[in-house]
Amino acid sequence: MAEKIKTAFLLAGGCAGCEMSVVDLSEHLVDALDSLEIVFWAPTVLDAKYSDLEAMPDKSIDLAFVDGMIRNTENLHTVKVLRDKSKVLVAFGACASMGGIAAMGDLHTKQELFQEAYKDSFSTDNPDNVYPSPEYLLDGKYNLTLPAILDHCSTLDQVVDVDYFVGGCPPNYAFVGKLVNAIIAGDLPPAGSWLTNGKAVCDVCKRNPATTNQGRFLVDEVKRTCDDRPDPEICLLQQGFMCFGPVTQGDCGGSCLNVNIPCRGCGGPIPGIKDFGARCASMLASSMADDATTQKFMDKFNNMAKLFYRYSHTTSKLNHAIAGHKEDTP
Amino acid sequence: MSYTPNIIGFACQWCTYAGADLAGNLRAKYPPSIKLIKVPCSGRVEPEYVMEAFAQGADGVLVGGCHIGDCHYKNGNHKTSRRMMILSKLLEDSGFDAKRLRLEWISGAEGYRFAEVAEEFTKELQEMGPNPIKGGK
Amino acid sequence: MKKIEINPITRLEGHGKIAIFLDDSGNVDDAFFQTVEFRGYEKFLQGMPIEEVPRTVSTICGVCRGVHFTAAMKAVDQVFGVTPPPAGRKLRELFFNAHYVEDHTVVLYALGFPDFVVGPEASPAERNVVGLINAVGADVGREVLRKRGLAVKIFELLGGKPSHAVSAIPGGWSKKLSEEERKQVEAWSQELVELGELTLKIFDDVVLKNDKYMELVTGDTYKVEVGYMGSVDPQGLGTFYHGTQKVIDSDGKLIGTFEGKEYLDFIAERVKPWTYLKFPYQKKIGPWKGIVEGPGTNIFAVGPLARMNVIEGMSTPIAQKHFEKFHATFGAKPVHHILAYHWARAIEMLSAAEKCLELSRDPEITSNEIWTKPTSCTGEGVGIIEASRGTLIHHYLTDEKGIVTKANLIVSTTHNNGPINLAVKKAARHFIKNGDVSPSILNYVEMSFRPYDLCLACATHTVTGGQSPLEIEIFDKDGKLYKRLKNF
Repeated sequence: MAEKIKTAFLLAGGCAGCEMSVVDLSEHLVDALDSLEIVFWAPTVLDAKYSDLEAMPDKSIDLAFVDGMIRNTENLHTVKVLRDKSKVLVAFGACASMGGIAAMGDLHTKQELFQEAYKDSFSTDNPDNVYPSPEYLLDGKYNLTLPAILDHCSTLDQVVDVDYFVGGCPPNYAFVGKLVNAIIAGDLPPAGSWLTNGKAVCDVCKRNPATTNQGRFLVDEVKRTCDDRPDPEICLLQQGFMCFGPVTQGDCGGSCLNVNIPCRGCGGPIPGIKDFGARCASMLASSMADDATTQKFMDKFNNMAKLFYRYSHTTSKLNHAIAGHKEDTP
Repeated sequence: MSYTPNIIGFACQWCTYAGADLAGNLRAKYPPSIKLIKVPCSGRVEPEYVMEAFAQGADGVLVGGCHIGDCHYKNGNHKTSRRMMILSKLLEDSGFDAKRLRLEWISGAEGYRFAEVAEEFTKELQEMGPNPIKGGK
Repeated sequence: MKKIEINPITRLEGHGKIAIFLDDSGNVDDAFFQTVEFRGYEKFLQGMPIEEVPRTVSTICGVCRGVHFTAAMKAVDQVFGVTPPPAGRKLRELFFNAHYVEDHTVVLYALGFPDFVVGPEASPAERNVVGLINAVGADVGREVLRKRGLAVKIFELLGGKPSHAVSAIPGGWSKKLSEEERKQVEAWSQELVELGELTLKIFDDVVLKNDKYMELVTGDTYKVEVGYMGSVDPQGLGTFYHGTQKVIDSDGKLIGTFEGKEYLDFIAERVKPWTYLKFPYQKKIGPWKGIVEGPGTNIFAVGPLARMNVIEGMSTPIAQKHFEKFHATFGAKPVHHILAYHWARAIEMLSAAEKCLELSRDPEITSNEIWTKPTSCTGEGVGIIEASRGTLIHHYLTDEKGIVTKANLIVSTTHNNGPINLAVKKAARHFIKNGDVSPSILNYVEMSFRPYDLCLACATHTVTGGQSPLEIEIFDKDGKLYKRLKNF
């Protein structure tokens, strides 16, 4: 009987949705447990504590997954420990690979985020301007500590070496099932790769003009999903709904398109693209019929960073550099 | 305190690059702040090249192409126009001063114009100060 | 004083720890439940088109993978001054009830049940969903997971993605259900009802018939006396997608009811420096008096047990029978025994499954009329739902084009911050004696938060600097300000 693959899951600064895709394997998870031995899954599923992880011998874990980006000192520390203890480390999901949605926090200073949460929000009653603190001595005798929020987010590979990247918010469980089978069969590409079928969302979308004999034209109208309902057969981008399909990995099978909603790029960039947001902006720009339509697009969708970099803010070298300096005193 | 800005210029080979060459032939003076990268068309310039230049510490980026209607590839510079519009807003929304990015249509005959742009842009960047992302790589 | 930390707390969603302080004889002086994570949604949503918000805020939590989406979509409707047509609303309710089934099932089997099925003092290596599958047998385990997976399939069919759905649009839903899909959903829903009944049977066999466990359930250790809040429909019955919020105090007396923006008249949140999570309290009962329980407290709880306490009955027949048995077992109302959360959760899971079946059989569910076109922008919207973990409030302001200018989110687990602290303190004091902090004793302490089914990613969607704001002013010998240093 072949030895089981010692597997670990760690939640960093994310929502645990990627771990839930593994749970969504449902009855197939029970089968997978014939080949996988889960030695650590914290904090979500197993009662393993951080001290248990620290006590494991180096490289004793065969395969480790991290979901969530690096947001605080605890995340930073635990992923470094996990890297030491693991032979192969996977950045699992959009946050670990690209920063994810919460990386948009880097578009604001910590003071702005602080104030909105603990002072300015409508229901907050904070007359003494109390703010959470990394260390606090309560009543003169209780020494209570909290992990500090780092000045900016990081993706997993910006803090440790990463062997594989998986996109998706979260990765579709059907795709996770395929990955698990590939892992058990030992069928993985070279280290440093994205685990993907390599096709764009357009390649798997039922509305692709190339496969449905529609013409492809420059786009001369711009629609938000509050403006109109699309024709269910025709390409959304062609209809003026700003769809990111052409530059996004399609391991999801075009899920959002199946329900008539435009893609926003959670699957990660197609192979060859490193800066998703910039390439997506380029793609949409070159699809516009004229400058006037381009202006209309910018007016309607307002903040371009929160649109194009919605899942991938941290991977842009420029964004990461700006974030690194945003806390500097002017 | 005046520094020499480090400007990266993406110049299309048919127009702007030729214009820069002409500036040289005409002995038109302009500051030694601009480093040109020749591209087959301004439409070849991906927003991410511009962002990479800024990330590596460039103080300004100039994108130069043919006048609208004159593009050697017919509509390459149309795409440039749209891309630079969106990129400008994207830079601002990302917390970066989009005045550090400049788009100019400069033809192969406009040697003096090229020198003028280089001079103006250099002065503006001197006023703005160096790229707030200190250092680069 | 000696400090013990349970770090991280496990079998929940999110990041937290419990700090326990022991006096010189090894008994508990005090204990604190600290939430350690943060991200910042309320600020960074500003500047986005409001209709993009539901799919964006969904990522606050991947376990309660549909709740923020649902609360936000209701707020978005109000921003555009539109109401979905009946079929649009029914699709949303079907989607949401399917989510309830899969979410409550995960919590019960993966997060809560292991303490009972495998045993609270079992080895940590066994005390989890894998151990539970071993205990009940791989076939039963497989069947439970397969049936729960059908709820995810309903979610995916309606929502587009199996998690972090996208189909909500202002005024309705983006895709209609075909007759073929409806038949599929009906067949799946039937199996979900069976799963609900199986789950209640397991609870009955493993917990209700076990005297030792029932001592824990009905005893005083896992008991927290606070007020309660939950949604009721016009008949006073339980409802998840839309209702009126009802608030009662710890004696069961009605404090008031509210809808929409009126929440601001009832709920305020306090900040403490030792946790990232705020402390909501009911303003109408009185001003903040600290984290205390008992008569007069303005601390309150939400979620399955709270709902059992505020509603007159369940809106579905089989769950109603279990509701009656629940209250007959405990007698007095409100029920303050927190382990009852698990039972209440199982009853709700069944009710949500019955609701899925009922909606899938509704002839209007396949209608084409699922969207009302927005024609104006009011600039404000509040969406309140009963998420699986409790009342969830989303409040947005926008400009005249529907671009977000301000957001306020009060999230289910946040409401429970006070009660969780009370529960943890009590359990720590009861179980830790004479310095015995072995893992099995500490698990009894963790069992005090698990009934609340924490979602700390939700609760702390916000980001702070993680530092105390500090300002230093340096004056020269003439008393003139030389330099000012700030860390904010």
